[in-house]
Amino acid sequence: MSDRNPGTEFDASWFENIYINLPAVKRRAETLGTRRTVKKQWQAAWLLRAVSCIDLTTLSGDDTPANVSRLCFKAKHPVREDIIKALGMENENITVGAVCVYPNRVPDCVNAMKACNGTEIPIASVATGFPTGQVPLKTRLEEIKLAVEDGATEIDIVINRNYALNQNWKGVYEEVRMMREACGKAHLKTILATGELGSMTNVYKASLACMMAGADFIKTSTGKEGVNATFPVALVMVRAIREYYQRTGHKVGFKPAGGIRSAKDACTWLILMKEELGDDWLSPHLFRLGASSLLIDIERQLFHYVYGRYAATHEIPMS
Amino acid sequence: MAASSAQKVDKPANSVSEIFKSMSYGPAPEADNVVKAWLDDHNRAFGHFINGEWVKPEGRKTYQTKNPATGEVLASTIQGEQEDVDMAVKAAEKAYQSWSKTLPHVRARHLYSIARHIQKHMRLFSVVEAMDNGKTFRETRDADVPIVVRHFYHHAGWAQLMDTEMRGWKSVGVIGAIVPWNFPLMLLTWKIAPALAMGNTVVLKPATYTRLSALLLAEVCAEAGLPPGVFNVITGGGAMGSLLADHRLVDKVAFTGSTGVGQTLRRLTAGSGKKLSLELGGKSPVVVFESADLDSAVEGVVDAIWFNQGQVCSAGSRLLVQESIHDKMVEKLKERLTHFRVGDSLDKGMDMGAIVDESQRKSIDEYVEDARKEGAQIFQFKESIPSKGCYYPPTIITNVQTVSRVVVEEIFGPVLVVLPFRTAKESIALSNNTIYGLGGSVWTENVSLALEVALSIKAGTIWVNCHNLFDAAAGFGGYRQSGYGRDGGKEGLFEYVRPAWEERPRPGKVEGDLKKFGATLPNRPTVGNNETVEIPVNGLSVPSIDRTYKMYYGGAQKRPDAPYSRPVVNPAGKVVGHVGEGNRKDVRNAVETAHAAAPGWGKRAAHNRAQIVYYMAENLELRRDEVAGRIQQMTGGKLEECRSEVDISIQRLFHWGAYCDKYGGGIQETTLYGATVKIHEPVGVIGIACPDEFPLLGFVSLFAPAVIRGNTIVIVPSQKYPLSALDFYQVFETSDLPAGVVNILTGDRDHLTKYLTEHQDIQSMWYFGSAEGSKFVEHESAENVKRTWVNYGIARDWMDPEQGQGEEFLYHSVQCKNIWIPMGDIFAN
Repeated sequence: MSDRNPGTEFDASWFENIYINLPAVKRRAETLGTRRTVKKQWQAAWLLRAVSCIDLTTLSGDDTPANVSRLCFKAKHPVREDIIKALGMENENITVGAVCVYPNRVPDCVNAMKACNGTEIPIASVATGFPTGQVPLKTRLEEIKLAVEDGATEIDIVINRNYALNQNWKGVYEEVRMMREACGKAHLKTILATGELGSMTNVYKASLACMMAGADFIKTSTGKEGVNATFPVALVMVRAIREYYQRTGHKVGFKPAGGIRSAKDACTWLILMKEELGDDWLSPHLFRLGASSLLIDIERQLFHYVYGRYAATHEIPMS
Repeated sequence: MAASSAQKVDKPANSVSEIFKSMSYGPAPEADNVVKAWLDDHNRAFGHFINGEWVKPEGRKTYQTKNPATGEVLASTIQGEQEDVDMAVKAAEKAYQSWSKTLPHVRARHLYSIARHIQKHMRLFSVVEAMDNGKTFRETRDADVPIVVRHFYHHAGWAQLMDTEMRGWKSVGVIGAIVPWNFPLMLLTWKIAPALAMGNTVVLKPATYTRLSALLLAEVCAEAGLPPGVFNVITGGGAMGSLLADHRLVDKVAFTGSTGVGQTLRRLTAGSGKKLSLELGGKSPVVVFESADLDSAVEGVVDAIWFNQGQVCSAGSRLLVQESIHDKMVEKLKERLTHFRVGDSLDKGMDMGAIVDESQRKSIDEYVEDARKEGAQIFQFKESIPSKGCYYPPTIITNVQTVSRVVVEEIFGPVLVVLPFRTAKESIALSNNTIYGLGGSVWTENVSLALEVALSIKAGTIWVNCHNLFDAAAGFGGYRQSGYGRDGGKEGLFEYVRPAWEERPRPGKVEGDLKKFGATLPNRPTVGNNETVEIPVNGLSVPSIDRTYKMYYGGAQKRPDAPYSRPVVNPAGKVVGHVGEGNRKDVRNAVETAHAAAPGWGKRAAHNRAQIVYYMAENLELRRDEVAGRIQQMTGGKLEECRSEVDISIQRLFHWGAYCDKYGGGIQETTLYGATVKIHEPVGVIGIACPDEFPLLGFVSLFAPAVIRGNTIVIVPSQKYPLSALDFYQVFETSDLPAGVVNILTGDRDHLTKYLTEHQDIQSMWYFGSAEGSKFVEHESAENVKRTWVNYGIARDWMDPEQGQGEEFLYHSVQCKNIWIPMGDIFAN
């Protein structure tokens, strides 16, 4: 894994003269999936790569050790053994990129990962008053520290939308800076909640403010906003990542989350990363797909590739 | 659940585990089996499609059509000859007798059926087109064929509405359509959909390289129930195209292709009475301001110049970038090309396909190598090019200027030239520094800037923050040497209709040397034959004071450059006055002043122009008796009739005054989310040669529509009876008409017509004189592809409102610009 993004001083001039044209962004986003496609064994390999980038997620009020444990076991064995063997991938230790849960469920994950021999899989915890962030900064920071103490290796925070909508980018920057410090060694993913930012220009500015503050990943959404991971939003964010990389030489990861359900979409997400940022961004250390039901669809597609028949849902182990 | 039937894993290089590491794309071919079956059904040998059936005359040469991506021969087609052209045109002529009388609603059903049938065979069309042309299947699937379908649906609607929306117009007859190879199916559709909708029948010649989709369409149209002979396809070389255009029974030639061939067709059809529309080349600018979304502009450039391998008439081949962001933009473009994919047209993961033919590829390469020798910097990403097949890499050329051949000429390939500019004003000057005027795009988030630049670029289509969007509801076509006429929209229909009162002019063969036309000045002084006017002063009869008529340009009365006079002789043989004998220098001067006046006049508020024209009517009425008397003096007509001519002239001024602020354009109902705005812009400087008859009304009927739509004009009044027009300059002077808007040159009509037509900076020439003069005007107009309007020596009744102030006057007074303005900033909360 390459060095983490240390962040930079806050410099508003990086985005003062930025213009985003939504219709043009949409036009490019629409053709991402029509200009490229992968078929046959390429599709199978790409889908496996998508699996390795999934942040397998459960973020519900009724999460308990029962379903969290099931999630962790699935994370360790995301694709049926027979399929993995047929694909010649049995020696590759295919797991998902991470599991993602609420802070209170982090200890459950730690236990489950031990039980399934999956301790290499990162445990991501949302934090900072997820999903709204409407709690005092002090408790938001404390939440991060507690989650890390409990064993979380990745923290998904939400940014302050009040600051963002009022163009207080310095404020956004400073909070994220403190959160990065609170994370310590744990990796920081900053959720922009793009569906609540009002404009693409704000999405771009929020992306840069978070990267300047030291985000390891920027992430589209919590999954709880009205509009979540869409390709136009993603395009604006990955263009910001490219700009940041060109200015600083630091590679920041990208995580779309919310509403990603189909295997075909998963391939299009990989295409987007490959086209806009290059092959480095096709690995779990720079790309994650936040999803829950996506994995099942991918597994069914792989089943079809291997057996030439479509699987029933009940033939795939649920997570 | 057993896993026993698991399929065998491939060899290591392409194994899942290797691809898992490399994350390469791999091949993604679209199947060609259905197309091959269709070709096999025809034994891979096609004839013409005439009168609803396949025709394969004996003894014809053949042409093997190839897939440029692979070199594979797809089928053999035949090279038609005169006899075949005859057969097709006669079939179309026969079908026209019934098709033109078919109820609009029934024609609408036919067009609707064609649209439906193309949709049924969409995949087949898309694959045929990709294989025959070399363009990517992605584009034929997502652009060409959907646009074709939309075009037929849209024009089914125009067929349905012809009686109401096109009242006063009728069909033309047999259309000879000649189309190029870059969008074989799409561009032929742009011709035949409006042609059939308006009640015409068509003989189509597809391009040599790309004949298959046209032949497939002919077959599908027959399947859709289109009556035999309404749409015919004949294949052949360029010479056969000329035979088609020249055919006596062809009433209109519709052409898309190179400017050179367009000029040939203009000369070939000159003086024949055939209508002609030309959609020609381009060198369209992409103007990127520092206030643009640069990443989106990069994708815009991809759409502008790397769509269809740059083989697009409206390709954005000149990138003009504001100096402050020039280097950044160029860097972004270069980076973009590092992951650009070029390859087999049927591979679904390609950005660009093959160049249509080796000869075209060579021509592109010559341009680029020329630029290299000149010292230009050439950036190509050659890694993207397959080793076999007819491919050319996407190319960016910097360090070139306006003098470079690659900046001036149309390359028709994936080659972009980049030039910096400093200010918006300079970007407009650079944009317009070309003989072409087909398209252009403007990239900025500043809406005021975008609209001002869009209006200032002289081109038929301007895209704001996008490039190369097309839709049936918006006309596509050029200014300047990009041609005239529009494909699409209501504006496009006018290319396939003529005024209902008018028969197709069929002037006899005009003999005579065009080079000598208008060359001499025949008149001599007429001493001793003057009509003397005596007036009583204090009981004495004294000669009236001599009145010297001068020419009028730049808002002042001017003597001719060479001060010769020509007499104005009445029917009794008496000289009733002298006018200046204008020559080429007077033409030069008048055109200069007209151009000087044009920008200001075009920007005047329409209300203001209307007031001036109404004021002219007011001032003319004050002189009603005097002007009527002058007409009588010259023509010897009855005073009543002369008065009537004055009165109708006044009405006509009111008519056109009314139209000053009621023909500006409109909103086109395209598929764009946003506004597609059609603007009726002035044509520019128009040269007008008035008819001899109706010395006042003819003059008024012609100058008024031109002027109210913002054109400035150089007008030659009735050669025989010019004095009424000269009386009018006092009306202009008292009506606040700005200097230079109307410029009057007197003298020999054909002599002045010659120099007006030959002037490269006159945008249109209207000529109402002889058949020979009409032929001359059309023929010579080819030189700079100016628009023309001629009468082929046939007089019209200027008193009749249909003939004297119909919609055709507006058609000739404007050119359509469509501005595409996408909207949207809201994406979530």
